[in-house]
Amino acid sequence: MKKTAFLIPLYVWTAVFVLFPLAIVVYYAFTRPGADGVVLSFESFARLSDPMYLGVLLKSFKVAIIATLICILCGYPVAYTLARSRSKYKLIIIILILLPMWMNFLLRTYSWLSILENTGLLNTILVKMGLPKVRFLYNEGAVILGTVYNYLPFMIMPIYLTLLKLDESLLEAAADLGANPVRAFLRVTLPFSIPGILSGVAMVFVPSVTTFVISQLMGGGKVPLIGDVIEQQFRVVNDWHFGSAISVIVMVIVLVFMYFINRGDVENNGNGGRILR
Amino acid sequence: MKKLSKAYLGLVLAFLYAPIVVLMVYSFNASKSRAVWQGFTFDWYKTLFANEAIMSSLYTTLLCGVLSALIATVIGSMAAYGLGKSRKASGGLVLSIAYIPMLNAEIVTGVSLMLLFTIMGLDLGFFTMLIAHITFGIPYVILTVLPKVRQIDWSLAAAAQDLGCTPWQSFWKIIFPELLPAIGTGFLLSLTMSIDDFIISFFTTGNGVSNLSITIYTMAKRGIKPEINALSTIMFTVIFVILIIANVGAVKREKDKKRSMRI
Amino acid sequence: MKKFVLFLALTLAVLLSSCGDDREVLKVYNWGDYIAPGVIDQFEEENNIRVIYEMFETNEDMYTKIKNSNNSYDVIFPSDYMIERMIDEDMLCELDMEAITNYGNIDGEYKNLSFDPENKYSVPYTWGTVGILYNKTMIEEAPTSWGALWDERYKDNIIMMNSQRDAIGITLKYLGYSLNELSPDALAQAKQKLIDQSPLVLTWVVDEVKDKMIGGEAALALVYAGDAVYCKGYNEDLEYAIPSEGSNIFFDSMCIPKNCGNKAAAEKFINFMCRADIAAANAEYIGYSSPSSPARDLMGEAGKDPTAYPDITKYDLEIFSSLGDKTKIYDELWTEIKTSMGM
Repeated sequence: MKKTAFLIPLYVWTAVFVLFPLAIVVYYAFTRPGADGVVLSFESFARLSDPMYLGVLLKSFKVAIIATLICILCGYPVAYTLARSRSKYKLIIIILILLPMWMNFLLRTYSWLSILENTGLLNTILVKMGLPKVRFLYNEGAVILGTVYNYLPFMIMPIYLTLLKLDESLLEAAADLGANPVRAFLRVTLPFSIPGILSGVAMVFVPSVTTFVISQLMGGGKVPLIGDVIEQQFRVVNDWHFGSAISVIVMVIVLVFMYFINRGDVENNGNGGRILR
Repeated sequence: MKKLSKAYLGLVLAFLYAPIVVLMVYSFNASKSRAVWQGFTFDWYKTLFANEAIMSSLYTTLLCGVLSALIATVIGSMAAYGLGKSRKASGGLVLSIAYIPMLNAEIVTGVSLMLLFTIMGLDLGFFTMLIAHITFGIPYVILTVLPKVRQIDWSLAAAAQDLGCTPWQSFWKIIFPELLPAIGTGFLLSLTMSIDDFIISFFTTGNGVSNLSITIYTMAKRGIKPEINALSTIMFTVIFVILIIANVGAVKREKDKKRSMRI
Repeated sequence: MKKFVLFLALTLAVLLSSCGDDREVLKVYNWGDYIAPGVIDQFEEENNIRVIYEMFETNEDMYTKIKNSNNSYDVIFPSDYMIERMIDEDMLCELDMEAITNYGNIDGEYKNLSFDPENKYSVPYTWGTVGILYNKTMIEEAPTSWGALWDERYKDNIIMMNSQRDAIGITLKYLGYSLNELSPDALAQAKQKLIDQSPLVLTWVVDEVKDKMIGGEAALALVYAGDAVYCKGYNEDLEYAIPSEGSNIFFDSMCIPKNCGNKAAAEKFINFMCRADIAAANAEYIGYSSPSSPARDLMGEAGKDPTAYPDITKYDLEIFSSLGDKTKIYDELWTEIKTSMGM
């Protein structure tokens, strides 16, 4: 058997179920139903240039960028502590960090509602303590919280795996050469862990920018993201053309983003595991 | 400093587990509503197995998961083998395209497949969801198997052939066992992805076929049934136990290895 | 490895073996929480038919699903304007009224309504009004106008209905237009009104409204009367009002889509749902108003609940009519309203 023969199933499958469907999306994006049949048109994109849709796109980015930054800031110390630790509980803690990912993410997100809602756990405690109730839910903050909650482990793990490979003698050398711990961290550890951070960013940013479930549950329809607009077009108002046009924009942004992340990863000689979402 | 980092780890774990604990506690709550605690009960664990919607979606989830992971593993492993063996530059392009379902936004993958199935005149249901799951499973298998193929020492296979093996024999006796652990990991990875998927399934299933994620989504619209909390508690506990056993085993083996090395 | 393969084979065998059910299949597509528990089981038992039951949230969700599938559901439950639209688009089957013997249980005043003038395509299931459900302990005076939903005092205490016709419709009513107004000017005003309202709204939902109002999450909610009846049963602080500007009266009926798979079983199901005892059980559980007097007689007090059965002559109530080729305008308007939230 020739080695290319092994690739035939992949070629066929990818052509039929990956490339062809995306071609259909592109086809719908650039057409409109005309008087007689479908006609080539940029109408959907013209509609998309309305500041309203640009606003949603920008907000999706804002939410995703903030969530990703919080994941890095909160996740890095965890990864760092674990990578340097020799505790016998280390393995248990790693399992504990990974374990929630095996529980359905919708359920975990939904569970936040019973903690945060007006009559929920947290507010009940506040009232018992004589404090006023706080509206935690249905705003941008809640959506960001939901996103961070869901994707934090995806940030911790790649950074941890990269930091594991850091040779301690490098740090000792830096110390011998007179670098204080902060300087050693900034000049040695941090640059070393960049591939891990990039993998983490890829795993957190893309799903955050396109989610519609978290924004629906935690945002209560008040924080629409670009994913919500796509979902609405295909499920409620049945406008395949406009829905496809937004999908094309999202796809281009995501794939370009991933290309740069991957390149960054390669340039940093790919220390961390490759991107895995 | 040590204390500080321990406290911080504790805080992060508390954040990760707060909703899970709440959910587990509610699975023992006698009241149907989330708002009030009306005493301890095991009722939801009993009624769980009689709840047809939940049980049938659990069945759909598992069947779709196992079947899609199997097929994705076969296609993905073959592809990884073919790609790993060839040293042509075109491999990069093939890989980039093969990885699209993994890199692209899930909603776009879901929508594009929905359009395909609708245009082809297929009824959305189990079959279409299975195809979708195979599609996003393949890249994960390639991702895990390909590095192993690249590490293979081909001279061993060549040596076996020199000693009279047919190419097929040398493949099955030498190469395949070498790849097996990675293939197994690929299978498990695509299985996990399939079981956890919501967005792509949401767009590609229909006609009463729904997996657990979709059932939970529908239920979330009108109050999660306590049975779902019970099911999650059971699943969570099972996975927890499996992971602990597997890892304790691994740690023990590691220790034995170290001890034998010292001797 | 061998063990693993064996395990896989066993799992597959077990999974595949459990799918063996050669009963006839009937696919029902209904609103969320819109049937009494046990009714499906009873139908399955009496007729030896297996029911696949799925739920939708709004008429538009349902329409999209039917429109895009080739072999779809056997019984669906659209509302008035959606029935009209689906008849216009040739998406519904004519019903064999001979097979639906319990059709006689439906009162005359609910037959031959504007959306299906000869009652060829639909059998009424429930009807109701749209109004405001409010929590007496959380507001100062009972709402009499839709303006309550725009009242600054209730910021973050208002729940809106995530359904395009209902939300836009009551806004038009509040502005003094008809529910079915199509003039660009009126629609632009309604859109702006809803966008202005968004900072006051706690959340946009459909079915979740019941849990939230029962739990005391908000003071006011735009609801269907039936949901109000249901909620009042669980929380005595809740009350329902139809604002003075007038509102919508809706009729949800049972229909059979053109691309159904089992018309005979579908008619059996519709007939079963019209049986007095079943109709009574459903109306009593879901809280929506029953168009069948034999059913209401079986319900006792619940059959006379003023929330569900108000004196409809006292209010200015309109039926939604199909938008015809103007549907697209509403769709775009709705997309824009939803997209502008929280900007």
